[in-house]
Amino acid sequence: MSSVHDWAAPNPVTTNRSGLIGKGVDRYEGPLKVTGTAPYAYEVQPPSPPAYGVMVGATIATGRITGADTAEAEAAPGVLAVWTHRNVPAQPPRGTRVHPRSTAGSRPALESDRVYHWGQPVAFVIADTLENAVAASHLVRLTYDADAPDADFRARLADAGQPPGEQDVEIGDFDAGFAASAVRLDETWATPIQNHCQMEPCASLVWWEGDKCIAHTSVQMVKPAQHGLAETLGIPRDDVRLMTRYIGGGFGGKGQTYDDLTLAALAARALERPVKVAFTRQQMMHGTIHRPATVMRVRLGAEKDGRLNAFSIMTWTHCHQDGTFTEHASNFARALYAAPNRLTGHRLVKLDLPGAGPMRAPGEASGTMSLECAMDELAERLGLDPVELRIRNEPPSDPENGRPFSQRQLVRCLKEGAQLFGWDRRMPTPGLVRDGRWLVGMGMAAAIRGNFLLPAKCSFSVDAEGVITVRQGMTDIGTGTYTVLAQIAAETLGVLLGDVRVEIGDSELPPAPGSGGQFGAASAGSAALAAGMNLRRAIAELATGDPNSPLYGDDPELVTFQDGVVAIENKSETLAALVRRAAPAGLTVEGDSRPAADMREWSTQTYGSHFCEVGVDPVTGEVRVRRMLGVFAAGRILNEKTARSQLTGGMIWGIGSAITEGNAVDPRYGSLINQDLAQYLVPVQADIGELDAIMLDEVDDKANPMGIKGVGELGNSGAGAAVANAIYNACGVRLRDYPITPDKLLAGLMAKGM
Amino acid sequence: MRTTITVNGEARSLDLDPRTTLLDALREHLKLTGSKKGCDHGQCGACTVLVNGVRINSCLSLAVAHDGDEVVSIEGVGTVEKLHPVQQAFLTEDAFQCGYCTPGQICSTLGMLQELEAGWPSQETAPDAKPAFTDAEIRERMSGNICRCSAYPQIVAAIRRAAEAMA
Repeated sequence: MSSVHDWAAPNPVTTNRSGLIGKGVDRYEGPLKVTGTAPYAYEVQPPSPPAYGVMVGATIATGRITGADTAEAEAAPGVLAVWTHRNVPAQPPRGTRVHPRSTAGSRPALESDRVYHWGQPVAFVIADTLENAVAASHLVRLTYDADAPDADFRARLADAGQPPGEQDVEIGDFDAGFAASAVRLDETWATPIQNHCQMEPCASLVWWEGDKCIAHTSVQMVKPAQHGLAETLGIPRDDVRLMTRYIGGGFGGKGQTYDDLTLAALAARALERPVKVAFTRQQMMHGTIHRPATVMRVRLGAEKDGRLNAFSIMTWTHCHQDGTFTEHASNFARALYAAPNRLTGHRLVKLDLPGAGPMRAPGEASGTMSLECAMDELAERLGLDPVELRIRNEPPSDPENGRPFSQRQLVRCLKEGAQLFGWDRRMPTPGLVRDGRWLVGMGMAAAIRGNFLLPAKCSFSVDAEGVITVRQGMTDIGTGTYTVLAQIAAETLGVLLGDVRVEIGDSELPPAPGSGGQFGAASAGSAALAAGMNLRRAIAELATGDPNSPLYGDDPELVTFQDGVVAIENKSETLAALVRRAAPAGLTVEGDSRPAADMREWSTQTYGSHFCEVGVDPVTGEVRVRRMLGVFAAGRILNEKTARSQLTGGMIWGIGSAITEGNAVDPRYGSLINQDLAQYLVPVQADIGELDAIMLDEVDDKANPMGIKGVGELGNSGAGAAVANAIYNACGVRLRDYPITPDKLLAGLMAKGM
Repeated sequence: MRTTITVNGEARSLDLDPRTTLLDALREHLKLTGSKKGCDHGQCGACTVLVNGVRINSCLSLAVAHDGDEVVSIEGVGTVEKLHPVQQAFLTEDAFQCGYCTPGQICSTLGMLQELEAGWPSQETAPDAKPAFTDAEIRERMSGNICRCSAYPQIVAAIRRAAEAMA
């Protein structure tokens, strides 16, 4: 096993001779995206005209299907097949893993008469055209024996228990420490169910070439999708080629596959023609996962100088009946502030709702919405500036496990953010600043997100034109994977960016973990660096071993790579000339990377601060985010343009969480009330004012060989709390039940006599 | 129903199901998949195209209603080899991430700039005034195009850059 100390050795990424690492180069696949020529899964052109599948969702939350009358649908024009649980092709039971090393088990569709959640696909219509399939789908008559759903989260809080295999984490004696504290805060926050609302609804297009299943789908992780489909179809894993080259947003919701893929594959096999299936926008709300609601109790006990003596965050949350997913909204806080007495934990209750799962910054996104507002309230009670309160609670090492921080620039993020934003102009007393009819206020919050590194492989090739091709079973969900892999390749092999090709999103390429948890660039990039180093070695040996090369007979260790030229001192030739002559078929090598054995001896996180100014209309309760700034420290940045976009995007998600986003459950039916983008309100252009993200210089050589960390989740962590704190500062109304909508704010304003 | 639509300058004669939307006619019949289906209900703007020079949500319009119309989709705006200034500006400013809303954002920008030029007012326009080319006007007029990756600040920057390049 490697050690993090091995990573301190210089490599082409850290040396950055051509200056491509960090440079804000345009997105590699950008020209295709701005011209509409990047084919997303449903848009790939199959070898013959496809049939169209449409799913029908259950209209009960729990119970049994007692009748399925499909005669009328089957007789409708253009219909090729109508499936329910009664006639769907046989599939192995859920979770079957014939291959012991499959990364996912079978996910049968229409598997039984049992309904587990509202909107669960229970029938499937395939027709020659989309219009015929949609029309026939309305003719499927299902009858149910419905049970009363258990779907009211707030009514079930007392029944919530420990998530499987988990325990509360207590350090010191929380109760005694809290009781002995000079100033105490004990408040409860609530966050609602949220939906990912990726712009591209989940979709799949599948055809068969003999025994081989060719599947295009929209998914964040390639290998589990391939393995899960093979297990569902009951075929060898190598008989599934799964591709996901362009993905219209993921945010955690496409970390798994859904019934669109299973049904498209089964139908393509049964009908012997390509079949494509897409979720409708409405079906996305129930048919895919959501971020579950939380209730979070935060208790802070502080000395009069602001130092925390006792700290606790306990989270109640929910998941579906056959799941174990837990929104770990308390965990992030374990590494954030010093306090000798600490208690964190989670309680989980199972409900008759669609699947709960990860959504952008799982844990932090919800958790910071309580703790970072609690810190704001505590600062006010203590008469301290909220920035200063956080600085006074800065721990010298990880406050729970005592490990040294690999890098921690939280205080610098706070101080630089405060200065750049003009925080000194904030009035500590709420409701004092007016701009016309608007009450204006400022708020801030800290940001933290853990850092992960997962095993990955990658291959690099060079051809007779001197072109480098990167191949990896990785995905780009808008994060910039294509681009940063091209930058790593160009810098490692000393070629122009224009001489790099990147092929990702294909199960036949060397496996990588995919996009999620902000581990993508670090994990995939480290493997790319390793492959690049191996290709450098192969090229150096090719040159020094070829009698026709000017480098012949020299030490391969001395070969340099720059501007498409391999050289040792004043002896050189172009990479293209060398390969054309000495290896005309080109060279291909693989590389891999994995976490170092001693990585966990350090506490490795990414950090940031958010500063926000809002206007509150005291007559309508409307909130406008006027300006917002984030300052972040996340290791070396591979591409300052795409990284900034990730961060500002995450910040805007925080704005949505604070003021617009949330889905309500109708407990009578176990359904989510907001079923489209007119009802579930994601931020739109007019909701966003002046907004920017700044990245501090940092290299974290304990994180991976490149010294980078992720940014995809970090921008979301803490952003919503900064907005909520600004709303309080503007108008003096503290709301702890998100989102902070005008109806709630107006009630608060009226209660204050405003 | 036989319908002839001029798409990106070329007359296309199609035999269409009267239920086929303009969006599905483009995507499924003409294989012009640049226009995206994000909601199919006119709520997200990913399907925005120009019809006779005016931006519309192509998912809310039946194709057979466009017999004789001139439609410009993203494929008619520019090519990889020759990007339109708006496309180039979106690339330069990183005004997209996943790219799924992008063709709609770009077509919407083209329509919006013409509406602004023609003096069409928005909620941000003062009564009886000609609308100014401000960030507030851009944000208001582009709010029918959702970007869940939330590239909104970059989209405003791209539109400003493009307008400068086209002036």
